[in-house]
Amino acid sequence: MVSLKVPELVPSPAEDAEQLRKAFQGWGTNEALIISILAHRNAAQRKIIRETYAQTYGEDLLKDLDKELSSDFERAVLLWVLDPAERDAFLANEATKRLTSNNWIVMEIACTRSSHDLFVVRQAYHARFKRSLEEDVAYHTSGDFRKLLVPLVTSFRYEGDEVNMTLAKSEAKILHEKISNKAYNDEEIIRILTTRSKSQINATLNHYNNAFGNAINKDLKTDPEDEYLKLLRATIKCLTCPEKYFEKVLRLAINKLGTDEWALTRVVTTRAEVDMQRIKEEYHRRNSVPLERAIDSDTSGDYEKMLLALIGHGDA
Amino acid sequence: MAHPDELETLTKAFSGHGIHEQALISILGKWQPEEKKSFRKGNPNLFIEDERNFERWDDRHVRLLKHEFMRFKNAVVLWTMHPWERDARLVKEALKKGPQSYRILIEISCTRSADELLGTRRAYHSLFDHSIEEDVAYHVNGSERKLFVALVSAYRYEGSKVKEDIAKSEAMTLSNAIKEADNRKPIEDDEVIRILSTRSKPHLQAIYKHYNEISGKNIDEELDIDLRLKETVQCLCSPQKYFSKVLDTALTKDTDKNIKKALTRVIVTRADTDMKQIKQEYNNQFGVPLSKKVEDTTNGNYKDFLLTLIARGG
Repeated sequence: MVSLKVPELVPSPAEDAEQLRKAFQGWGTNEALIISILAHRNAAQRKIIRETYAQTYGEDLLKDLDKELSSDFERAVLLWVLDPAERDAFLANEATKRLTSNNWIVMEIACTRSSHDLFVVRQAYHARFKRSLEEDVAYHTSGDFRKLLVPLVTSFRYEGDEVNMTLAKSEAKILHEKISNKAYNDEEIIRILTTRSKSQINATLNHYNNAFGNAINKDLKTDPEDEYLKLLRATIKCLTCPEKYFEKVLRLAINKLGTDEWALTRVVTTRAEVDMQRIKEEYHRRNSVPLERAIDSDTSGDYEKMLLALIGHGDA
Repeated sequence: MAHPDELETLTKAFSGHGIHEQALISILGKWQPEEKKSFRKGNPNLFIEDERNFERWDDRHVRLLKHEFMRFKNAVVLWTMHPWERDARLVKEALKKGPQSYRILIEISCTRSADELLGTRRAYHSLFDHSIEEDVAYHVNGSERKLFVALVSAYRYEGSKVKEDIAKSEAMTLSNAIKEADNRKPIEDDEVIRILSTRSKPHLQAIYKHYNEISGKNIDEELDIDLRLKETVQCLCSPQKYFSKVLDTALTKDTDKNIKKALTRVIVTRADTDMKQIKQEYNNQFGVPLSKKVEDTTNGNYKDFLLTLIARGG
């Protein structure tokens, strides 16, 4: 469920564009005005505002934001204004570059978007970076990580609810066999996780649990430091219960010494229009503290206000 | 007694690709019983002498005839189909038929545009309630699986921008992988798969050029060690050459029925794409116009339909 709050009577895109322009003028920037507008418009509305701004003032709203804002707040606003597919393409590309290398972001995008949305991301990637997403992911990864990530980003999973129980049983058996032999990068494990539909995987893993006594992620915890196994467990979580995955990312981002703002910003901006409500509920359940309170104690200023607005705190 | 010319025409009407419907109607339709009998006696490959003193249709040949009668219908149905449904069904059929048909997987994943392949993947969901990649991964075993799954999953960049220095270094990588073929099969080399299944077609064509500069030979000529890789490179870099070769094999008399099907498939799927270039390439390679070869080898409505499709491109 969506946490974004949009007012009942939305001003016209021309009015929004004008107000945003005013927010940049003069000394400093009126960040509160920026938040009050942008944090309360959905993706379609933001897109029109960007187009209107460009037509009226001859400049890209993103470039003006870039000039006027700084650091965490800027990044949150920039990511938020991007169209969801562009945003994912941007994050994926950032993740493949060496310094910011982060396999988890690529996996997250590949596993928690719908088949259709993932494809639109691949199209946006072509348009922006003049290369395919898979060629960059393949080029910048190696070994087991490449074996897992490339099929994940190129998958186009069937999205129906139909489940074949016989297949679920036989594939649960295959998974169990490979895991018992510690063949964690076996082709069959990769095949099942990267090609089967999410419903089918769910059925298979439920059967795994019933038949073999442990949830699969428990059996995959043999070496807590192994990075590949961590990624594999996270992949499974993203495919079967994304809210729990995102709750954990948020928890670790907030509890970390200092805060991992990039992770916090990423989860909030990418999920506000998808399932942030459910993530908030999961967060509250797991941490006994509402997400708003955690963000409030851990961040400050305009950055904090932006995040809180996106997770639905306060009015539209 | 049947006229020898008529006998010959009728025998020809029953052989090759498709059926010469007009000959069957005008000749067979007017023959008296003795003429039909002499036809039966004069064609031991179609009719067996039964111990009870009559000439019996050979069962196997009747089954083959059924395919020949259906050839026109299949061509029409395939031609009318939406390209996405068509390619999805071709993939499914290839997976069911097994390794002898796997080249079709390479053909479809490598000679269609990125958006056509996406459409095919969508249609596959509707038709078969599975994703293309899950079925390919499930049915293909062994060393070919990684390559095929990667090929059907690709969404290649379609712009012309190429980084020459990367193309050069990747040509080197491929050259090394081929040299090391005795120690490690290139089709199992992760770098080979990465390059062939993710890079854009212009980029791969640049690699083809650099490879030639590095090793003096064309990469597909050096890939006789692995036919799948050879087909992949050909489909990606020089599809018209690949298709003209497939057509020529299919137009040989008395080939295997699966190879024969390639004739319909290639002509129907390329008629509105690059048939003109394929015709040029065919003429260059084999010294005979494609239309002439089709005229000589095929029959009846099937023949007329194919010739019409071939002529579309100009």
